Amino acid sequence: MAVTTQAKLDARKLRSDFPIFEQEIHGKPLAYLDSAVSTHKPRQVLDKLRTFYETSYANVHRGVYTLSERSTAEYEGAREKIAAFINAPSPREIVFVRGATEGLNLVAYAWGLVNLGPGDLVVVTELEHHSNFVPWQYIAKRTGATLRMIALDDNGELDLSDLDAIAGAGNVKVVANNLVSNALGTINPVERLSAWAHEQGAIMVVDGAQAAPHRAIDVQALGCDFFAFSAHKMCGPTSVGALWGRRELLQSMEPFNLGGHMIRKVTLEETTWGDIPAKFEAGTQPIAEAVGFGAAVDYVTDVGADAIEQHEHELASYALGRMSEIPGITLYGPPAERRAGIVSFNLGDVHPHDVAQILDLEGVAIRAGHHCCQPLMAKLGVAATNRASFYLYTIPEEIDRLVDGLHKVRKVFA
Amino acid sequence: MSEFDQLYREVILDHYKNPRGHGLLDDADAQAEGQNPLCGDEVSIYVAFEEDGETIDEVKFSGRGCAISQAATSMLTELVKGRSATDVATLPRDELLDEIGIPLTPVRLKCALLGLSTLKLALHKAKGTPLPDEWSGMADELDLT
Repeated sequence: MAVTTQAKLDARKLRSDFPIFEQEIHGKPLAYLDSAVSTHKPRQVLDKLRTFYETSYANVHRGVYTLSERSTAEYEGAREKIAAFINAPSPREIVFVRGATEGLNLVAYAWGLVNLGPGDLVVVTELEHHSNFVPWQYIAKRTGATLRMIALDDNGELDLSDLDAIAGAGNVKVVANNLVSNALGTINPVERLSAWAHEQGAIMVVDGAQAAPHRAIDVQALGCDFFAFSAHKMCGPTSVGALWGRRELLQSMEPFNLGGHMIRKVTLEETTWGDIPAKFEAGTQPIAEAVGFGAAVDYVTDVGADAIEQHEHELASYALGRMSEIPGITLYGPPAERRAGIVSFNLGDVHPHDVAQILDLEGVAIRAGHHCCQPLMAKLGVAATNRASFYLYTIPEEIDRLVDGLHKVRKVFA
Repeated sequence: MSEFDQLYREVILDHYKNPRGHGLLDDADAQAEGQNPLCGDEVSIYVAFEEDGETIDEVKFSGRGCAISQAATSMLTELVKGRSATDVATLPRDELLDEIGIPLTPVRLKCALLGLSTLKLALHKAKGTPLPDEWSGMADELDLT
């Protein structure tokens, strides 16, 4: 937990920035406890999208007219904000993608297909979201490389004692890990894994989807080579995200998608690629969404990454305390001091769908399912869990209503 | 009636807590497994025919699932017993949904129909009965071996 001198955030006040909370669900105020899957959008971001479309929109880069220049400046301005947000050395190392998933696929295809082969190891963890698992499983299969797992301990934390054994089993080329687990909230030792990856001559690929919205990110301090995250999980629009990659890696890589804008010169015989990041941005990009992403970065930065982290930590501690008093509950994941604002649980043998359905009737929105982490679910020995997750607008009363709802579930299924 | 009472009406909870036809069937004449990719739920269906090799004598199911899917599959076993495989292969889903009798969102519809889909798959594998029209072109995705 970073010690913060920053003022605490006022979730109640921030809530009024979010129009979604002005409605009732099943006659009750909305308690939205599913921000890990996607967050709601503040007026500042919505207004930015509208103003941009109304005053500055045109396709970027190619036009010589005023609107296109204005649009390009906004789009590239968003790239600069995003680079600063994660302390990337240069905005040129920021590639706009559809989301973290596409960013991770880009690395798996564009880097993996060329650089992996038989005898090589791709090391992932049992904690990965399918987005940082399935692409590697697939590319390993296609290239003849071997997929190796870093296992979890009983706390839902990575067990690094196998690293030496893994290093001895082949040529480690890729290490892929999420900084924060979407399923358990575990904060992973990415700095340490980055150092280990580099000792092996491997690249370190970080899924930052669940981290970037919730804590200060410094990709240089993390020591990784790639870092992917999505706008929609941090108050921004859907369909846009960012992939940061080290300049020399991005420059040496083949493109991922081919088409407009990513070229330098096209002849009948061959095509040469544009500079980074254009090389990876084929076709018309999600322009307004990228601009909205920039506005979301501004919003989150104004609130303060450390303040958000502190707020969610307090909520997680409160939730774990209150929920542990519910008879028959199983709470998954590490202790509060080592987890983000995510609480995964099961209530006796009541199916998560039924838990989530009954909570919905109380106006409480949580997630029920495998959270795109089926290997993890298999490890936990369950098909699915319930998951409550928090953000800068979450207030303790929403957790109280979750707890009340869970008591109601118990009564129904007693 | 409140939305809650509609959704978790007594008969649903009764079938969930005391499922009919829950268990395995040794030497089943027809058998299939189904998954709901939304939640990872799995159900296995086992069918035994009467001597005519056509009439359903016994249906059992095993697996895990939510109250809606478990109750729906439990009701399904009662609904199809004594019917012919051919009849059940074309059983309209509304017949089961009427039996369940609760309003279902598209997501929960998948839960409610998992058992029926799996039963139709089992009959198809054992008897070659037609699969539902909406499955056409999906032979590669279904485990028909």
